[in-house]
Amino acid sequence: MIYRTAGQFKTTYASDQAIFPIVQDRVVVTLALVAAFVVPPALASEYWLQAVLIPLLVYALAAIGLNLLTGYAGQLSLGTGGFMAVGAYSAFKLSTAFPHLDIVAVFLLAGLVAAGVGLLFGIPSLRIKGFYLAVATLAAQFFLIWLFNKVAWFVNYAPSGTITAPDREVLGVLVTGPNATSGARYVMALAFVAIFGLVAKNLVRGRLGRAWMAIRDRDIAAEIIGIRPLRTKLLAFGISSFYCGVAGAELVFLYLGSAETLAFDVNQSFLVLFMVIIGGLGSILGSFLGAAFIVLVPIFLTNAPHWLGLNMSVALQKHIELMIFGGLIIFFLIVEPHGLARLWQITKEKLRLWPFPH
Amino acid sequence: MRVKVLLSVLLALAVAAGPLAAVAPAQDKSIFIPLLVYRTGPYAPSGIPIANGASDYFNLVNERDGGVNGVKIAYEECETQYDTKQGVECYERLKSRSPVLVNPYSTGITYQLIPKAPGDKVVIHSMGYGMTASADGRWFPWVFNFPMTYWSQASAFVKYVGQQEGGVEKLKGKKIAHIYHNSPYGREANPTLEELARKYGFELTLLAVDHPGQEQGATWLQVRRINPNWIFISGWGVMNQVAVKEAASKGFPMDHVIGNWWTGTEADVVPAADGAKGYKSMTFHAPGANFKVHQDILKHVYDKGKGAARREAVGEVLYNRMAINTMLNVEAIRTAMTKYGNKPLTGEQVRWGFENLNLTEKRLEELGMKGMMRPLRVTCENHEGNGLALVQQWDGKKWTIVSDWIEPIREVVRPKLEAAAVEEAKKLSYTMRDCAKEK
Amino acid sequence: MDVLYGLVTPFRDIAGSPAFFVEVLIGGVAAGLMYSLVALGFVLIFKASGVFNFAQGVMVLFAALTLVGLMERGVPVVLALGLTVLVMILLAFAIERVVLRPLVNQEHIILFMATIGLTFFLEGFGEMLWGSNVKRLDVGIPDESFMVAGVLVNRLELTAALTAAILVAVLAVFFHGTRIGRALRAVADDHEAALSIGIPLKTIWVIVWSVAGGVAIVAGIMWGAKSGVQFSLSLIALKSLPVLILGGFTSVPGAIAGGLIIGVGEKIGEVYWGPLVGGAIENWFAYGLALVFLLFRPQGLFGEKIIERV
Repeated sequence: MIYRTAGQFKTTYASDQAIFPIVQDRVVVTLALVAAFVVPPALASEYWLQAVLIPLLVYALAAIGLNLLTGYAGQLSLGTGGFMAVGAYSAFKLSTAFPHLDIVAVFLLAGLVAAGVGLLFGIPSLRIKGFYLAVATLAAQFFLIWLFNKVAWFVNYAPSGTITAPDREVLGVLVTGPNATSGARYVMALAFVAIFGLVAKNLVRGRLGRAWMAIRDRDIAAEIIGIRPLRTKLLAFGISSFYCGVAGAELVFLYLGSAETLAFDVNQSFLVLFMVIIGGLGSILGSFLGAAFIVLVPIFLTNAPHWLGLNMSVALQKHIELMIFGGLIIFFLIVEPHGLARLWQITKEKLRLWPFPH
Repeated sequence: MRVKVLLSVLLALAVAAGPLAAVAPAQDKSIFIPLLVYRTGPYAPSGIPIANGASDYFNLVNERDGGVNGVKIAYEECETQYDTKQGVECYERLKSRSPVLVNPYSTGITYQLIPKAPGDKVVIHSMGYGMTASADGRWFPWVFNFPMTYWSQASAFVKYVGQQEGGVEKLKGKKIAHIYHNSPYGREANPTLEELARKYGFELTLLAVDHPGQEQGATWLQVRRINPNWIFISGWGVMNQVAVKEAASKGFPMDHVIGNWWTGTEADVVPAADGAKGYKSMTFHAPGANFKVHQDILKHVYDKGKGAARREAVGEVLYNRMAINTMLNVEAIRTAMTKYGNKPLTGEQVRWGFENLNLTEKRLEELGMKGMMRPLRVTCENHEGNGLALVQQWDGKKWTIVSDWIEPIREVVRPKLEAAAVEEAKKLSYTMRDCAKEK
Repeated sequence: MDVLYGLVTPFRDIAGSPAFFVEVLIGGVAAGLMYSLVALGFVLIFKASGVFNFAQGVMVLFAALTLVGLMERGVPVVLALGLTVLVMILLAFAIERVVLRPLVNQEHIILFMATIGLTFFLEGFGEMLWGSNVKRLDVGIPDESFMVAGVLVNRLELTAALTAAILVAVLAVFFHGTRIGRALRAVADDHEAALSIGIPLKTIWVIVWSVAGGVAIVAGIMWGAKSGVQFSLSLIALKSLPVLILGGFTSVPGAIAGGLIIGVGEKIGEVYWGPLVGGAIENWFAYGLALVFLLFRPQGLFGEKIIERV
């Protein structure tokens, strides 16, 4: 009822191929986007922005990046943390070496550096496949972290060995550094995620996205019909790493404020991979849903006992939280192995008829 | 199929409701201090005694004295698992209860909070960890790391080794190996050790162990090859236990192996058992439960059933360290009250208290901590205070003090520290304040 | 010139002190076999059910925690060991019923994700039951070293190496000599064919997960004796990944060979070449080594040949 598509006719190819072919979707997405830009900065508390929404957006961007590589192009990667570190450290180097460079440009350049590194570590994917490919990306992960840890040049020889986001402005508003308001940082993160989400959505609908999916589904067949695996796979690594690099720069500049290499350890790689699988492989929406699941559910579980007025020790609370979180992952996989995005799709189907199913 | 729809709705609700659940409880007439603890996860063996020491001492102050000059201390634990991101979440959540100070108890979280401190008006007390450069109070008004920094510790270690060898001049030609956790924390001691190696002419070898440090075979093979006279270990987590165990099983003389003060706890010698006998570590306070304050804690807290730990665990190294840490917090608040009155204070007022803290021998005796730690004086310039180091040794059952109080080589450490403060402050675009105007 | 010199000097070091080189080799073999112990658990499960079991590391932790927890409560060693085996079998039953059966026929990556859920669950559950403190695991082997012809040998490492060797031998006999073993191999070859000739798939899974649980107990004991039983035990899975990948996901001897190559390789790399670049290269060096081997054999040293069809 709410979601009725009756009466919406596609009379041109263009309208049939629109990103959101259904009117309701267009309306909802536009409204949600506008609301996302307006409501939280005005209403949300510091806690909401700083501890919940900003990390959510940063991880969503990283998850989109990994989803392009793993979900669409079918190349398993456990190097996300390393590529994020490349983004973060190059953003730090760029912004300190060229203080007048616009911070948006810094983020984009940092993404490009990460893309270059990603290309390099993507080369073995031509020969190694599946879980075995994980070793190549893990080599990247451990090597990059070791490098940033070892070479003091990356942290400008700071005695503390950490990188810190400097104060930088966009259009006269402070968006990074300790003095930037969390509202400004949130809007910046949201703008990036919105634009790059749209870019990703269009990428996967286009020629390149189809080539990726062909490689994923049957690489030899894809090669026979004229898709060059070298170019396609490397592009997937490069573009995916670009996204991860920008997300890494955001992680330090918009979310944490300062970081050491531990912030990018292999657990980050796993975390982003979890998001992609839980959210749905090969779905941009899934990346958002997966990031929401992995970021928000633990926070919800941590806060739940307070909410219910239960008084138990923090250790017990954490143990129960881990058990429930693990249980939820298994539960959702059993209910819908194709991820939360698929669950949403089913809901949408139902909503077409609801509340009159006949 | 209906189940799936229901589920997705439920999930969306739960996820949306999650952070809403963080409601701030009503404020009362007390001073609030958040406790970022790690009672679970890979660092729990260290986190548990630390968390227990804090909550026991705050309870003691509340139960025995009825608070600080009548103002109760309210605290709330938040589990971080030693994870920076969870620590940030905890801090932001508890910030709604307007805390006056925070003890991050994690290097990563300390670095997160330092840039936030001036804006949030929350004092950061990173006792013996965190950013060494923040000891320069002219640049970092909100951060305190008294009674000592890593650099002072490293210099005290060299001085101790010198004493054992019969004078620092005998250090010439001796071999010292530093086995460190390959992280900014682990590397802290390196510049100081390198500087002192040049000064005294000992041969320094730096051996990094990658996180988490379960497998140190290669490191100890290198130790075998170099065959150093002394070993200094800056470890954390499982790296500690494995390092002590490796040293013992390779037959290295244990009394020539010295850990830093995070590498010398009861938990660290557990796996090595008897092999760890003789192992030493740096510290800045006495271990053990033989002080009056412990009797008070047992009487006023444990006998009322409010104790956090097992009775036997009272007096462990890290328990005592955190009890002292909380005592210093409380005394700083008390100092602030001499100026601002006996009422709940703001972060800025407490900061004044930290900066003017003067803990005398007499006061320590009143607190039941005489001999447990040294008198301490903090100033506007010097946030490290005038702390001295000790060496403790594991005798197979407990840690005992085996040295006198060791004065760090301040003339080497302080200038480097001030130079580092300029560097670090530049990153945060701070300006130096003039301490002469601060009285 | 400096670089060249730096690359060459380690060889001179090796030639200069052959006794120490032997010691490095022994250290590498010992460490490698310890990695193999963990990798074996992965191999068993992957072989029979096609699941890349992320939870193997936490199973090691859980087994060790259970064993030590029981011993701390005064249960005699043998009984505690028996009870731990029982617990691991129960766990296998539970996993089969709750996780594997509903997810039968799903893609590899989904099953992989399910074991991640399992990891979180077991982390919380194990710590809730037995606490987070470091516990000493005394296996009755004195951890001391002795000199053999100028080479330092550690008794505990020796025992661990022997245990790993025995374990592989037992597993090999189990796989090749027993009825169940043959059934296991049949299942590994083809699920449907195995089912059609009357091999009970569910039972086989329970058996495989139980055996993997048993291997986890052994790994837990050996690693626990080294570092004490604590949460960090679950992280050793990461150290065994390059071993697993190098050896091939489906080969028991591969896990051992991979362990030896990685162990010896990373020790030699770290001891002789590590200092040139500042040390602590072990972690990525192991992966780099595995990568080099993989470029020549993309399915691992002993893995089944990947046959691709369109």
